[in-house]
Amino acid sequence: MGILVDKNTRVLCQGMGKAGTFHATQCREYGTQMVGGVAPGKGGTAKEGFPLFNTVAEAVRKTGADATMIFVPPSGAADAIMEAADAGISVIVAITEGVPVLDMARAMGFLKDKPCRLVGPNCPGIITPGQCKIGIMPGYIHQPGPVGVISRSGTLTYEAVWQLSNLGLGQSTCVGLGGDPIVGTSFIDLLRMFQDDPQTEAILMMGEIGGTAEERAAEFVKKHVTKPVAAFIAGQTAPPGKRMGHAGAIISGGSGTAREKIAALHAAGIAVAKSPADLGTTVQAAMKK
Amino acid sequence: MKIHEYQAKELLAASGAVVPRGILVASPAEAEAAFDRLGGPVVLKAQIHAGGRGKGRFKDSGQDWGGVKFSKTRADCSQVARVMLQYPLVTKQTKECGQRVSKVLVQAAVDIARELYLGMVVDRAIGMPVLMACAEGGVEIEEVAARSPEKILKAPVQPDAGLLPFQARRLFYALGFTAEQAPHAERLMIALCRVFLDSDCSLAEINPVVVTPKGEVLALDAKMTFDDNALFRHPEIERYRDVTEEDPAELRAAKTGLSYISLTGNIGCLVNGAGLAMSTMDIIKYHGGEPANFLDVGGGADKEQVTEAFRILLADPRVKAVLVNIFGGIMKCDIIAAAILAAFKEVGFHVPLVVRLEGTNVALGRKMLAEAGLNIVTASSLTEAAKKVVAVAK
Repeated sequence: MGILVDKNTRVLCQGMGKAGTFHATQCREYGTQMVGGVAPGKGGTAKEGFPLFNTVAEAVRKTGADATMIFVPPSGAADAIMEAADAGISVIVAITEGVPVLDMARAMGFLKDKPCRLVGPNCPGIITPGQCKIGIMPGYIHQPGPVGVISRSGTLTYEAVWQLSNLGLGQSTCVGLGGDPIVGTSFIDLLRMFQDDPQTEAILMMGEIGGTAEERAAEFVKKHVTKPVAAFIAGQTAPPGKRMGHAGAIISGGSGTAREKIAALHAAGIAVAKSPADLGTTVQAAMKK
Repeated sequence: MKIHEYQAKELLAASGAVVPRGILVASPAEAEAAFDRLGGPVVLKAQIHAGGRGKGRFKDSGQDWGGVKFSKTRADCSQVARVMLQYPLVTKQTKECGQRVSKVLVQAAVDIARELYLGMVVDRAIGMPVLMACAEGGVEIEEVAARSPEKILKAPVQPDAGLLPFQARRLFYALGFTAEQAPHAERLMIALCRVFLDSDCSLAEINPVVVTPKGEVLALDAKMTFDDNALFRHPEIERYRDVTEEDPAELRAAKTGLSYISLTGNIGCLVNGAGLAMSTMDIIKYHGGEPANFLDVGGGADKEQVTEAFRILLADPRVKAVLVNIFGGIMKCDIIAAAILAAFKEVGFHVPLVVRLEGTNVALGRKMLAEAGLNIVTASSLTEAAKKVVAVAK
């Protein structure tokens, strides 16, 4: 079974505009159990075969949903996250990009004492290949297999998965952490889960400049992870002080540089791919050791 | 989004902070009038976003002083303002050509008994805003953080509750403020926190906080950056935007929903997704080339966006070749190829274009590009694409 989601997971979609409806449909086509949508004001109607509800609480009562995919626009996204947590949802996947950072600080405070896991925001989602896709990633590039994938990026993750699948190295679960400064789940959270997951034999971590998440993850790997770990850090050529797309990818005052991260990863015995073309082969080599 | 010192001081003052008396001027004549009104020695401060003003220099001015200048006489004040407003200021944080100054803050000189540091930022590790204070002010806080991190006092601030009185007390007693100065220090801290939380800052710094011989506690300088994601709910902050401080290409890109950063190389890049875009820059460098820019075309990549992206890339005279790297997931490669071809024809390429497509319908997409009879080089792997574009850019 996947570390977070599997074929039994029942998923809602909060935000049934154009993007939400499109991706909910794509997930359903992949094989995910998409059980309904939440669209305040449209409860009682249906869209593209999805029953719509006014609130997450009502949707949970009526469908038994335990996960949600959030496409609510930035001004309402943090509120949507809190609503899901309050309604008893276990896995919240927030796709929305552009959520104000302080809204996320508030939401994280709200979530602290609730038994749920938030992934994102500004993330491509979670996929347990062959079982459940909650997000916007192209399902067909994934294959079930032994590699756990954790990434702060979207399309770069697809690049890695593509390379892995082509090498015959399928994926146990792929999780996009999201590109924002405050996100619900960290590298460490997932490293712990992958270490305890019988299906996962190796882990690929894809980080980028900004913040210290990779450095802290390296420390954790040194102490608690025995499975082979490979990594890549994007943005080695990025200049300091500039936001490289992701709100979280800012190097400020010397901290958060690629060099520091790579050094920390090496110190923990993690193989670091030098080029983004070598993501798959680096994992392969780490597994052979 | 960054704002100027004088704007940051306006915000702080509105929240109860004490700032030195100052008058914003845009001409030497206004500087003279300001000198008269302030009555006494002044400090002229060039208003630019970049830091390092004091150590910077006015390019070609023949002067050996920088963007922060003490002035004792009316005539000198006028002369300093004239230079500041005439010549670009070059600092460690500006481009080599420097930044033009259109406003100068003429500030009453203040006697300094002590300098401290106050700053606020969102601590990503704990997911909360943190107020930082340090008894060493007026210096590079990163240096203090590197050599004596224990000297930086921190208080995590709940976004809704704000800075609690006991938190302020813990800080100002630890910083060595006297009982008399304490309420003034508290006022400054509360003002900083209030502005940060109410306006959605990403960074707010008062460096230095100054204690005068008389015991006043004021913000001698102020720097603020705002969360771009929150500007939609802060028209009052959006008003502070200074487009002359922004790269015109970056502004233009933002208008089309593209994320663009100008760099210094000669290989233009167009990629979907920030992580992949950064990696594309990395792999170009890895194979001996220099990226001219970061450009994330996002999840859309329709004809309009690709066309505008090409226009922006090609408007840069340094660009000798362009690399398009698209991993089409939901976005199909044949749709992307059609967009590239249409844009190519509309914009008129005068440099080689290397395209690497991967993902849904990739075979069809590549076929369309190959059969178009245009000067477009296709590459199947990332490595091949990088090597090819580096070779043609030489």
